[in-house]
Amino acid sequence: MYQYDQYDQKIVDERVEQYRDQTNRYLAGDISEEEFLPLRLQNGLYVQRLAPMLRIAVPYGLMSSHQVRKIADISRQYDKGYVHFTTRQNIQLNWPRLEEVPDILAELASVEMHAIQTSGNCIRNTTTDQFAGVANDEIEDPRPWCEIIRQWSTLHPEFAFLPRKFKIAVCGSEEDRAAFLLHDIGIQLVKNDQGETGFHIYVGGGLGRTPVIASSIKAFLPKEHLLTYLDAILRVYNRYGNRNNKYKARIKILVRAWTPEVFAERVEAEWLHLKDGPATLNGHEIERVKGFFTQPDYKAVDSDVVSADVQALATEHKGFSRWLDRNVKTQKQTGYACVTLSLKPAGVAPGDVTDQQLETIADLADRFSFGEIRTTHNQNIVLADVLQSELFNLWQLAKAAGLATPNIGTINDMICCPGGDYCSLANAKSIPVAEAIQRKFDDLDYVYDLGDLELNISGCMNACGHHHIGHIGILGVDKKGEEWYQIQLGGSADKNAALGKVLGPSLSRDAVVDSIETLLDVYIENRLEQETFLKTYQRIGLEKFKERVYAPAS
Amino acid sequence: MPQLLKDGNVIDNSWQLVDADTDALPQGDILVSTSQWHKQQDILAERAGAVGVWIDSHEEIEAFADGIIDLPVIAINFPKFADGRGFSLARLLRERYGYSGEIRAIGEIIRDQLFLMQRCGFNAFAFDTELDLAEASKSLQDFSDAYQVAVDQPEPLFKRRA
Ligand code: SF4
Repeated sequence: MYQYDQYDQKIVDERVEQYRDQTNRYLAGDISEEEFLPLRLQNGLYVQRLAPMLRIAVPYGLMSSHQVRKIADISRQYDKGYVHFTTRQNIQLNWPRLEEVPDILAELASVEMHAIQTSGNCIRNTTTDQFAGVANDEIEDPRPWCEIIRQWSTLHPEFAFLPRKFKIAVCGSEEDRAAFLLHDIGIQLVKNDQGETGFHIYVGGGLGRTPVIASSIKAFLPKEHLLTYLDAILRVYNRYGNRNNKYKARIKILVRAWTPEVFAERVEAEWLHLKDGPATLNGHEIERVKGFFTQPDYKAVDSDVVSADVQALATEHKGFSRWLDRNVKTQKQTGYACVTLSLKPAGVAPGDVTDQQLETIADLADRFSFGEIRTTHNQNIVLADVLQSELFNLWQLAKAAGLATPNIGTINDMICCPGGDYCSLANAKSIPVAEAIQRKFDDLDYVYDLGDLELNISGCMNACGHHHIGHIGILGVDKKGEEWYQIQLGGSADKNAALGKVLGPSLSRDAVVDSIETLLDVYIENRLEQETFLKTYQRIGLEKFKERVYAPAS
Repeated sequence: MPQLLKDGNVIDNSWQLVDADTDALPQGDILVSTSQWHKQQDILAERAGAVGVWIDSHEEIEAFADGIIDLPVIAINFPKFADGRGFSLARLLRERYGYSGEIRAIGEIIRDQLFLMQRCGFNAFAFDTELDLAEASKSLQDFSDAYQVAVDQPEPLFKRRA
């Protein structure tokens, strides 16, 4: 993974000192509440319903075991001994003290981490596929490009006060695991006829109140022009994005108002001035950054022998077999596999882990995955590059730590925002809904039989829980001061990204869980062999589901 | 006389800002709106004091930038400090139109923006609130280096890494 040199370290260290000074001046009354707001937000500090909340950046979801141990340590020293993994692959501390945040940042800087631009109206953490570098269907490893973008976006002088937040995702594979079409800028790595790498650039995607799938504005951008082109997009947005109404301020609204064609022309015109300028990337820099994402020392493995051994163990241990099914994926290197550690056991808020579990994750990574850890936008942890012959050992250790619930990709692996328990913007709680669903569907045979099913929950229109792209989406709404829930069906974040459709009138919390069961009944009764929930929905349509959920009680 | 920060020093601010809708021009050095600049160019040319313009954050400077680059001062207004359009305008004036006079940030600016503003080409800062300017000027030095190309550093860090 990328390692800081003296320049990177200095910038992060100086940011800590800048923020320390800002905090001191705020506490001394020299900075007003209003002025301090964007300053703290740009450093990931929210003040929420119960306490401040600090969001720590995990650039494109990659961490070392050393960093994870530091997070465990911070959570013990400065918080309540647990942290939360977010849908942007970042980490959140829920109870830090505002006065101590500069110290926390200094601790982070000591392990090459920071909280820069994890919130506020600026360019946020760039995200990508959790299987980058090992995915079977990869065109090129997206991580070097994410790092190049990270450096470009970090403390960018011109774009620190944008109309609204700005998110970029990079996708390097055939299948999209980065939901890149739902970002302000979605970058897809492509090759041209000459086999040269370039980027297909999309703009204006996003969730939130007005969910939109991004539009293509440039089918092939040669790689050296990446940063000048991004500068051009951001400059157009910075100058012309809506600043009067925060609900119309995302770039998607501007793209829609101008049409993607006109937006593309404006960007092109701006870009012609910047193209081939000093920010043009050179081969030296691209190679330098790529040099940090080299392959580990893979062993030659006789995969037939190993597979037979793994199979034998799976036949003996049903739990292991289930875990293999749901939580383990093959990767492009023979004899190795990617393991997803589930952060969604029943009874725990999705994405929450304790300091002890963090220590275990770090130990597992050191022993099984070359010390590297990946966070996912589904709020789980991936260990890649695990020798298949070690899977059984890994499973046993992960299980003992409560990290091996075999539910990845099932209804119980839901995405859920912090909701009304923590978030001051919420219309409704989301964690209790997630818990009620997990309790209701605790029969593993039933859950397996349901197969792949994405269920996403947001506590309000801001859609941090990505409810629009869940096969089943649940949205908290406020109905005369009471917490109600709207159900949506048919969303999907894959290559054929689709936004869910509203099933019908909103429901009370108890009714939501029962209605989910009804939806699943309809699916089971109607599915064809091997058909997933989403496929069945696409074939039979919304009405069949709606009729049953809203059928008068007989 | 009010003061401002210019090139890192606290100096007297001899320039008076003229509202967009004021017709009568005061004596001395003045900063007029771009609409007034267009309307009254002849009168302005004959006055005794120096003349500069101030640009509001939403203005399309492409329409008139060529005509103002010989002025000694161009001020860019921040109606709200969180309105970041002025950052782009300053860079355009410096990098695209080659403006080499003073670019002054006016309006609701805050000390914690100084470092980034200076990177974008601002070299003078007239705060609209009471403030210890010498103390505030420390924020110009918040960082000793940066990743990106900007007015203060025409080469990106990736070309300068040792
Ligand atoms: S979706 Fe709404 S309730 Fe949930 S975290 Fe985001 S803002 Fe808060």
